[in-house]
Amino acid sequence: MNETLHSPDHHPYSLDEPHVEHPGYGTFIKVWAALVVLTFCLVGLSHVSQSYAVWGLLTLTPLKAGLVFYYFMHLKYEGSLFKIVILVTLGTLLIFFALLFSDVAFH
Amino acid sequence: MSGHVHRDDLGSRLGMWLFLVTEIVLFGGLFIGYSYMRYKYPAEFHHGGAELNATLGVTNTLVLLTSSLTVVLAIVAIQRAEKKRALAFLGTTLALGLTFLVIKSFEWGAKFHHGLYPNSPHLATLPPGEQVFFGLYFTMTGLHGVHVVVGLAVLSVMFWWVATDRVRQDRYIHLENSGLYWHLVDVIWIFLLPLFYLAA
Amino acid sequence: MSTQASTAQPSYLVDTGARKGLLAWLTTTDHKRIGLLYLYSMITFFFVGVGIGFVMRLVQLTTFQKLITAQTYNALFTVHGVIMIFLFVVPGLPAIFGNFFLPILIGAKDVSFPRLNLASWYFFMAGAILAVLSLFTGGGAPDTGWTFYAPFSLKTGTNVSLAVFAAFVLGFSSMLTGINFITTIHRLRAPGMKFFRMPLMCWALYSTAWIQLLATPIVAITLLLVILERFFGIGIFDPSKGGDPLLYQHLFWIYSHPAVYIMILPAMGAISEIIPTFTKRPIFGYKAIAFSSMSIAGVGSLVWAHHMFTSGMSGMALMIFSLLTMVVAVPSAIKVFNWVSTLYKGSIDFEPPLLFALTFIFLFCIGGLTGVMQGALAINVHIHDTYFIVGHFHYVMFGGTGMALFAALLYWFPKMWGKMYSKKAIYVSWFPMFIGFNMLYFGMMILGMMGMPRRYYVHLPQFHTMHVVATVGSWLLVLGLIIFFATLLYGILKGPKAEDNPWGGVTLEWTIPSPPPLENFEVIPTITRGPYHFDQQEKA
Repeated sequence: MNETLHSPDHHPYSLDEPHVEHPGYGTFIKVWAALVVLTFCLVGLSHVSQSYAVWGLLTLTPLKAGLVFYYFMHLKYEGSLFKIVILVTLGTLLIFFALLFSDVAFH
Repeated sequence: MSGHVHRDDLGSRLGMWLFLVTEIVLFGGLFIGYSYMRYKYPAEFHHGGAELNATLGVTNTLVLLTSSLTVVLAIVAIQRAEKKRALAFLGTTLALGLTFLVIKSFEWGAKFHHGLYPNSPHLATLPPGEQVFFGLYFTMTGLHGVHVVVGLAVLSVMFWWVATDRVRQDRYIHLENSGLYWHLVDVIWIFLLPLFYLAA
Repeated sequence: MSTQASTAQPSYLVDTGARKGLLAWLTTTDHKRIGLLYLYSMITFFFVGVGIGFVMRLVQLTTFQKLITAQTYNALFTVHGVIMIFLFVVPGLPAIFGNFFLPILIGAKDVSFPRLNLASWYFFMAGAILAVLSLFTGGGAPDTGWTFYAPFSLKTGTNVSLAVFAAFVLGFSSMLTGINFITTIHRLRAPGMKFFRMPLMCWALYSTAWIQLLATPIVAITLLLVILERFFGIGIFDPSKGGDPLLYQHLFWIYSHPAVYIMILPAMGAISEIIPTFTKRPIFGYKAIAFSSMSIAGVGSLVWAHHMFTSGMSGMALMIFSLLTMVVAVPSAIKVFNWVSTLYKGSIDFEPPLLFALTFIFLFCIGGLTGVMQGALAINVHIHDTYFIVGHFHYVMFGGTGMALFAALLYWFPKMWGKMYSKKAIYVSWFPMFIGFNMLYFGMMILGMMGMPRRYYVHLPQFHTMHVVATVGSWLLVLGLIIFFATLLYGILKGPKAEDNPWGGVTLEWTIPSPPPLENFEVIPTITRGPYHFDQQEKA
């Protein structure tokens, strides 16, 4: 899928610049360790009380997902276009959610 | 077709990310449905969540997180032309993915054993909110399971391509894109764990 | 940018590969051929849909004694909706003209993922075949209406599962096309083709592709849930198991309202191409039109619940969605004003494409303004689920998207086939089409105001006169359509050879031969100015 008929020269005026640096093994292993720790924090919170569990869900889970997106999925090393794409997607979902709850929450 | 064939790796990655956008929104629809129902039936969801085996859920989280790590390490290995290492990492990912499915099937099996499956006579005796909880549980973990199977199939192809040098140091976009898919499967599970096993 | 580039490359219509004939077409990865594959298949489905609509109008010629049973009538309006929406209006302009012209308009040789593009067409055809199969297999044609509302869609014995699965597959095709277009626009613009030098059609396709990406998955999962519900009884939409049919409506319309903008945005893009060419003026307010496309895509995704004003939502939601519905009219109006301003003091060349483009503006305004009416809560309660709604959305879908598709077809016809159609015959076809269209759909709006509910098999005697008027209108409309498409078909087969630039357009497609060569451009052009530079041309 990556072979395209293409104008032979450069890409003009795009938001995306090619990524150059390749991080090594160490970075990712550190991120993995952080993810494991966060998971156990989440489990710990869920044992404290229901409201702690919900707060853990609302804060730690997006943080974990963010780490996977940012490091494992190389978002850190991509141009701004990729970041905008993801932000637009999450923003859209958030707005769908909010508008739906304008119905549910006011019944 | 003739003409100058140009490789556009960035374009390929962009295409893959856009595909992931559709996957995020697909599961996003389910998460919105979950919130809607949870808002409607908070007590029933709490009770339903208590019936799930959190230990298995957490174990599976660790399994998937580690499998995500090994995929990304395989990419590093390919970038450094360490083929054997890349194969070892990818093989670990495949094994961990299978482990996830095995644990998942034990978990589902236990639920079925207790008569907790959609349309079961036992489920029909539970309060409506709990029926919806288990409906969502089976739908969301099931759809996630389908994604795991697809991801494993794709990664097996990648394993083969690395072994046969179709994926190599100067041409590893396919492995990168497959990795992206696998990480997304991981991210979805990161959300499923607290929604069903911990905070419900 | 040389104008009449003579080229050694053969036309894309000539088989150059190893495969010949039909096989060459079915395995092509050329965006132009894929565009034509979509065109031919969609026009076929369009006529099936027209045929069903025609029969439905015949049924309404009588008050109680009917040609067909009530169950068949239910199946007919369901299938008419499914075919027209999922197989014609939603994918129509992007799949046909987007595929054919997007790469050419931005100076590229093809889309980013040509093989994925062909795969999209196969998904489309698979979905179409499944949809047709659902009519004849299982418990008979689905009778739920195209919206598949729960809980009826969960309980009916007709073949809803297959029809819903067909829509799921069609959604997949739509998403893949969207991915392809966004990547193409980001990666394959010719040197110097900045975002604000792109023709407005590209902006329209770009915003459409974003809606396809962000909204289609929601309907995919919703339809999947309907299937799971029917097979396994998971209970999410089933009130007897604690589920909520309102959730179905929400999820369904989160996609299906933005889908309306998937239908209309590329239509607006095509009109924005046609108007400058036939007035020989740069378009008035280029950036305003470009941004209005993006804002329609954005705001249009936030108005879905105006389909549910009578479903029992909270008062808060009613007010929010009513307000947002009114707001979405603003960017649409911006476009209309800009088109009209472009016409002002232009050197107008009243060729067939412009005639249909103006028809679009007229009919779309009626459709759009009646839409604003329905956004008002009090009026909506009165006309909800009446023929007024049916009339309104036909003005937008057929009078809007349909007419724009015809206009685009007339505009780009000489480029696509290198032939010319008979302009006289097209003018002739316009009269019955236009008169019939308004008799039919304005008649429906009057019926709705009188109180005629939609989807009813029988009607009361007081509605009879208007029903007859509408049915006669449908005959005229079909007559016009037949003349129109017969003219085009004759043009493809026997028409005189067209010039490379018959309309005097200045966008990139008019700088290459008709029909375009295999790889579009001999040399990829370098762009130094905006797309509609008629003013600069005169000076030079």
